[in-house]
Formats: sequence, structure tokens, C-alpha cells
Amino acid sequence: MLLIVCPYCGERPEIEFSYGGEAHLVRPKDPASLGDAEWADYLYARSNPKGVHAERWRHTHGCARFFNALRDTLSDRFLATYRIGEQRPDLA
Amino acid sequence: MQRFSALSLIRHSLGGHLGWQPQWRSPEPKAEYDAVIVGAGGHGLGAAYYLAKEHGMRNIAVLEKGWLGGGNTGRNTTIIRSNYLYDESAALYDHALKLWENLSRELNYNVMFSQRGVMMLAHTVHDVQIFKRHVHANRANGVDNEWLTAEQAKEFCPPLHIGPGLRYPVLGAALQRRGGTARHDAVAWGYARAADALGVDIIQNCEVTAIRRGTAGAVEAVETSRGAIRTRKIGVSAAGNTSVVMAMAGLRMPLESYPLQALVSEPVKPMFPCVAMSNTIHAYISQSDKGELVIGAGMDAYVSYSQHGALHIPAQTLEAICELFPMFRRMRMLRNWGGIVDVTPDRSPILAKTEVAGLYVNCGWGTGGFKATPGAAHLLAWTIAKDEPHPINAPFTIERFRDGVVIDEAAAAAVSH
Repeated sequence: MLLIVCPYCGERPEIEFSYGGEAHLVRPKDPASLGDAEWADYLYARSNPKGVHAERWRHTHGCARFFNALRDTLSDRFLATYRIGEQRPDLA
Repeated sequence: MQRFSALSLIRHSLGGHLGWQPQWRSPEPKAEYDAVIVGAGGHGLGAAYYLAKEHGMRNIAVLEKGWLGGGNTGRNTTIIRSNYLYDESAALYDHALKLWENLSRELNYNVMFSQRGVMMLAHTVHDVQIFKRHVHANRANGVDNEWLTAEQAKEFCPPLHIGPGLRYPVLGAALQRRGGTARHDAVAWGYARAADALGVDIIQNCEVTAIRRGTAGAVEAVETSRGAIRTRKIGVSAAGNTSVVMAMAGLRMPLESYPLQALVSEPVKPMFPCVAMSNTIHAYISQSDKGELVIGAGMDAYVSYSQHGALHIPAQTLEAICELFPMFRRMRMLRNWGGIVDVTPDRSPILAKTEVAGLYVNCGWGTGGFKATPGAAHLLAWTIAKDEPHPINAPFTIERFRDGVVIDEAAAAAVSH
């Protein structure tokens, strides 16, 4: 089981959390002006990388707040967690 | 190819079984092929076989980054069924099931296909309604499926507990008698042997690292860990790694890769007659011919390529198994593993041409790709050879998400996502 550092509550086991999918997908400001392909890309296409993945988690059975995380999808190791609204940390 | 038969078995037994040849070659990659398949699982090897056999393309290679059949082909729970809801899916999965029924003969290889019946348990009123709808939809499509009462389900599968006191009582079941299991490794080996005999090069430990496209955009070559290979047709059949391979050609896919876990028990004598699945409390179980209980657990919650997951997922499945089949409560589990499944937003696969000329993809089978192996292979070969989809896989494009014609099989995919 993953141990996840909630930026509000600290390290907690994975079963306290819900997964929220890829992070930093920004809803288009003016959907009516988008073509079908761009809209489908926003709704359905995902980067799904083998490596560092920015993703949302929610500490459902804790503080219930959303936050973002960087995790290596090959090792499942968390590299950073950070609050919603904060910039994605530069790992380099 | 040395054909297998009772006679050849007797003949080789007289020589102490020293006369058997390797079932396929391990050739060096050539500089150029007419087509290259990425991924030597059942789907990819099968596609190579059908390309060679039905479309006369003999100068082809199957590239595999690891070992043959070492991905999801060797990690699934070997369940085969075709009781999907929509017309498009029923046609697709039943095409596969019909090929399964003759596969051992076709390949001269015993894939141990056993039509012992797949029984899906209903625990709530909603389950009952949706399964009955499935039964009717399937029968209208010529796919066998029948409704059983709880007592009939118990009769078909005596270990099942239908008595009072269950948190989620068994209210009935949908049974597809043509469904069953097959030996997963044998499917990969059988296709590999048959494809090799037709001249297909199977190249293991050869990871694709880049896809080279010409000035007009069409594919020209793949770069691999064993050098560049020129080709004008690439069929990607890479399951959980599809997004990674397609990104090499500049394509973003509507896919996410998740670990799906399974486990097996210690082997015991034959005592479980069918495949039993429970969607609602999430368990599925059958007994292999080796005697192990083969148990399918759930997906982990997060995108991963790690091929393993957390223990609370199989633990939850085992709780459900013990509730439904109390006789298994003292069984010991032997192995637990994960496979990386590529899941589409509508839980239906993508089997199609792409916007890149010469690039074809077979992916998105999610938690249920094994059952489709011969069908997916057959249709991928058709699509590559003719540069257009077969009518059966024509609806399964990437563009269906753009055009709003999704085939939503989230309910029929059985594993709760």
C-alpha cells in the first residue's frame, strides 16, 4: 500500500485517499469556440506517462481536501505532494 | 514445424524425447520488413500469424521488449466469454469466441480451451435487472446467455453459498455456457510456433525506442534496442505500454494504464466446475487444470506501470470469495501479481488505423483482453493488410471519442472501474 503525504495532514495510508486522475488539465475557457478534436483531446486524451506523473489525490477519509502529487509511475514512488493552486514543483 | 499428434508423441518417446526441436527460432532482426508488430503477446503473435496465413505477408517481424507472452497474456485469469451488451461488442467478442472454438486444431497446439460456462452473479435488484437486459440483448444478437435462479446457480456451481445471512445475497445469475477458460501461455506459444513456421521472425528482448516518420508523415522505420528496422506498416499491440509507443509517433491516446491484480491458490483436486464472477462484490474465480484457484482481483486506483499493486485490493476480493464460497476459507494463496491494463474512457477497445499512415493500433482492452485474443489478432491482421478495418472492428476507432459514438461497456466489462 502506498504511503501518501497529504500536504495538510502528513503521511497517511493509501486507503484514506481517493485518486483524482491527471492534474493540471485546464478546462478550456471558451468551449464553444473549440473544434471537436480539441474538445475530445481535453475530455479523453491523457499523457499516461511511464515516469513522472502529475496527478490529483483527495484525502477523502481525512481532511477531505484535494491536492496534487508527482509520482514515478514505474516505481510508484511519490516525488512530491503540493497544494491545489501551487505550481508544479521543479524536481531538477 | 514438427506437428504434434499421438503418433509423434509415441515416436519421440521411443527416442527419450530428445528429438523435439525448438518451437520457434530466435532470429537476428533483418534491416527491413513488410510489416512490424510491436508486442509479442497473444494479440501481436496472433496478428502476425493471420497476416502470414490469410494475407500472404511472410516478411514480417514481431518485436518484444521482454519475453514472449510475459505481459498481460501471462498475467490474466484466462476467462473467455462474449456476453457484452451492445451490438458492436457482441459481434467483436463473439467473433473471438468462434475462433477460440477451433483454435487448438487451427494451430495444432492444445490451448486447453474449456467451455465450462461463465456465471455472473446478481446480488441486488439492479444487478438482476441489468443482467436480464444483457441476457435478452445477447440472445437477440445470437450470443448464448441465460438467466438462472439462485437455486439453479447453486445446482450449476455447488460450492456457491446461497443461504441466508449473506451481506450481498445471491439473487440469481446470468450464465453463458459457451464461455470458459483456456491455457493463456499455450495461446502465445501456439501462435508463436505457427507464425514462426510461416516465416515470421519473433524477436525478443528488442524494445522499440522510436518510430521514424517520413516527410509525408507516413511511418518509415522503428528504432529498437537492437538497431533500426525499416518498415512501412507498424501494428502496435502493446497493451499497458500503448500510450508510450504511440507517443513515439506523436499521438496522444485516450488511455490510462492501471495495475490489475490476480492471484492463485495452492493446487487442489478438481472441485470448482465453472467460472464464477461477481461484479458487485468484485470477485471472479475458476480452477485451472493444474488445480490452482485462479482469482481475479481489482484494479489499483492510480496510473502505474509497476506490474504490482497493494495488498488491500486482493484482500477485499478474498473476503468476497470466502463469503460466496465458504469452503475456500482455509485455502492458502500461492502467488499474487499485477498486469498493466490500458483502459479507455468507454471500456471498449481501439482496433483501428490511425491518422499516421502505416500505423495501426490494437489497444484499450482494459481488464478483458485475453478473451478477445484470436478475434483481435484476426482483425488487426485484416486492418494492417488491407489498410482498412474489417466491418466488425470498424466502430472501434480512436475517432469515436471525437465524434461522440462511444461504445459504453462499463457495465459489461465486469470489473468495476
